[in-house]
Amino acid sequence: MRTILYILQKEFRQIFREKAMLVIIVVIPMFQLLILSFTATFEIKNTNIAILDHDHSVESRRLISKFDGSPFFTIDSFYESYDQGVEALKSGKTHQLLIIQPNFESDLQRDGKGKVMLITDAINGSAASIMNAYAHAILFDFNRQMLIDQYPNLNLNDPIQITVSNWYNPRLNYITYMVPGILVLLVTIIGMFLSGMNVVKEKELGTIEQINVTPIKKYQFIIGKLLPFWIIAMFEFSLGLFLARFVFGVPMLGSLALQLGTVSVYLIVVLAFGLFVSTVTDTMQQAMFISWFFMVIFILMSGLFTPVESMPDWAQTVNKINPIAYFIQINRMIMLKGSVFSDFTRQFYSLVVYAVLMLSLSVWRYRKVA
Amino acid sequence: MNKGAVILQDITKSYKTVKALTEINVSIEKGELFGFIGPDGAGKTTLFRILTTLLNPDTGTATVAGFNTITDYKAIRKIVGYMPGRFSLYQDLTVEENLKFFASIYKSTIEENYHLISDIYRHIEPFKHRKAAQLSGGMKQKLALSCALIHKPEVLFLDEPTTGVDAVSRMEFWEMLKKLRSQGITILVSTPYMDEAALCDRVALMQNGHLMAIDTPDAIIKAFGLTIYAVKSNKMFQLLTDLQSIQETEAVYRFGDVVHYLNKSSSFDPAKISQHLIKAAHTEIIVKQTVPTIEDSFMLNMRKSDSFNTQGNDN
Repeated sequence: MRTILYILQKEFRQIFREKAMLVIIVVIPMFQLLILSFTATFEIKNTNIAILDHDHSVESRRLISKFDGSPFFTIDSFYESYDQGVEALKSGKTHQLLIIQPNFESDLQRDGKGKVMLITDAINGSAASIMNAYAHAILFDFNRQMLIDQYPNLNLNDPIQITVSNWYNPRLNYITYMVPGILVLLVTIIGMFLSGMNVVKEKELGTIEQINVTPIKKYQFIIGKLLPFWIIAMFEFSLGLFLARFVFGVPMLGSLALQLGTVSVYLIVVLAFGLFVSTVTDTMQQAMFISWFFMVIFILMSGLFTPVESMPDWAQTVNKINPIAYFIQINRMIMLKGSVFSDFTRQFYSLVVYAVLMLSLSVWRYRKVA
Repeated sequence: MNKGAVILQDITKSYKTVKALTEINVSIEKGELFGFIGPDGAGKTTLFRILTTLLNPDTGTATVAGFNTITDYKAIRKIVGYMPGRFSLYQDLTVEENLKFFASIYKSTIEENYHLISDIYRHIEPFKHRKAAQLSGGMKQKLALSCALIHKPEVLFLDEPTTGVDAVSRMEFWEMLKKLRSQGITILVSTPYMDEAALCDRVALMQNGHLMAIDTPDAIIKAFGLTIYAVKSNKMFQLLTDLQSIQETEAVYRFGDVVHYLNKSSSFDPAKISQHLIKAAHTEIIVKQTVPTIEDSFMLNMRKSDSFNTQGNDN
């Protein structure tokens, strides 16, 4: 027991001796939390739309003013020729092109049918569909307004009345959704990179050789390597929670104790993962690349940005071994839904099994005798 | 079994295609200062790694202080001190922190064994708050030795402790080793420097994973058996090949700024050397008889085992 304390003392000394390390551990993740939470958003705002009005009539101007009045669209410019408009789309200057056909007004008034064309830059498919939906909504509104103007006595009420109520995130605030996820990301980075890197560093510098001839036991060495980063990551998670609550105003509906309890298990998974990587690599570079490989896959598949449910079946199967996916789910549930333990027992026990598995695997791989 | 002794029996170790050690047999007495002498790649580090339980041999058994290196490795780790060839202490910890750390993991303290290291540690104590990375080469070696000694080991393994250390520090280092031996610690040291062999109680000459000779330095020199002529001339470059062509030449090799010449015949007349060289248009010829050293013995043994190897082992 005393030996572990001495090893811990040594590890903490080494970690805090480097000033750069303190910055890496505390400042950088907080910065990431602050920046990512504000920027990693799928909300579409300020869509530039260019207008090609071939009609120049009262009706066409009324339609344009509808777009102008929407907070979603910014009318970027008016063009006279189709080619100019296409050029603007090509250069990325504008995202959408609204073309109003000649005789729009007269067709409308004579036949009750006017034609407009909407061209959308659909490089980003999901953004394009959102832009289209907004544009459709405006056009639908315009249509309806026209009907009301022409037939004031027409009953336009739909037979089914829909009331939408957004639970758990009533204002559809994207930050509320992102912050709990990004928080998970930050402690994952600390856990997976720092712990693994630390062991490989000893290998690379040869210090592990000197340690290996001492009577230090395997479990003592491993605890000495994992515990400091476990403590640091716990500290960081708490700090992140504090920022989430008081800077972003993210609600914390669930029990704080439950949240800290689950993160402590999750961290064991991540730390053991890092340790395992370090046992199969010889240099920091290798360890870095392997950790990075898994990190990127785990993060992109975790449901941080895109819902897991919309991924293909095989990806959802792969996600069964994605610890980040489990914990992002749990963390969001606790914070935003106020879930209790019985709501996520499956995810939690998956993490427990994962922790035991990774830890035994890395302990087994880590050998003092070559 | 003799406690404190290191015994190696038929130790063989291969790395994939390279045979690092071949049937090593040697027994080292308690309290001995024993040197493994050989060039880089002779297998010295592999041997030390086997004895310090960092590596398992392919075949053969090794015991340290009566403990088997494979089955009793835990016991060995408590009683040996190891100083690897490469500086392996924590560079980002200070001198004192390193020493304290290594004392504490052996459940000891600096004070408890200060008497053992005081001679060595005294030199670096003024810098005890300096990070190990900022020490000079010689000071690093002293710190490494202090850390290897702080738990009062029974057997000390020093892998090339003086490589890259200046001449004065090297001499100091060997003085310290002699003092440590007088405390009853068995010391195994490896070195590529032939001149250090004379400072050991016994040495083993090592080459390509073979032990060529094991004896006291004096006995090895006595067993040399041939007369050495140190030869110099104005054309040193050609000298080696020209000397080879003398009848019954045993060996010709560079030795510092002269060339050492050995002849198989016991009735060899050194005047033949000058005659031969004059014929080959050398001038400023100097031929002197000289006493053999460990290095001469090594060169001769190396040639023998080389020719033995090429005959017996054609891979």
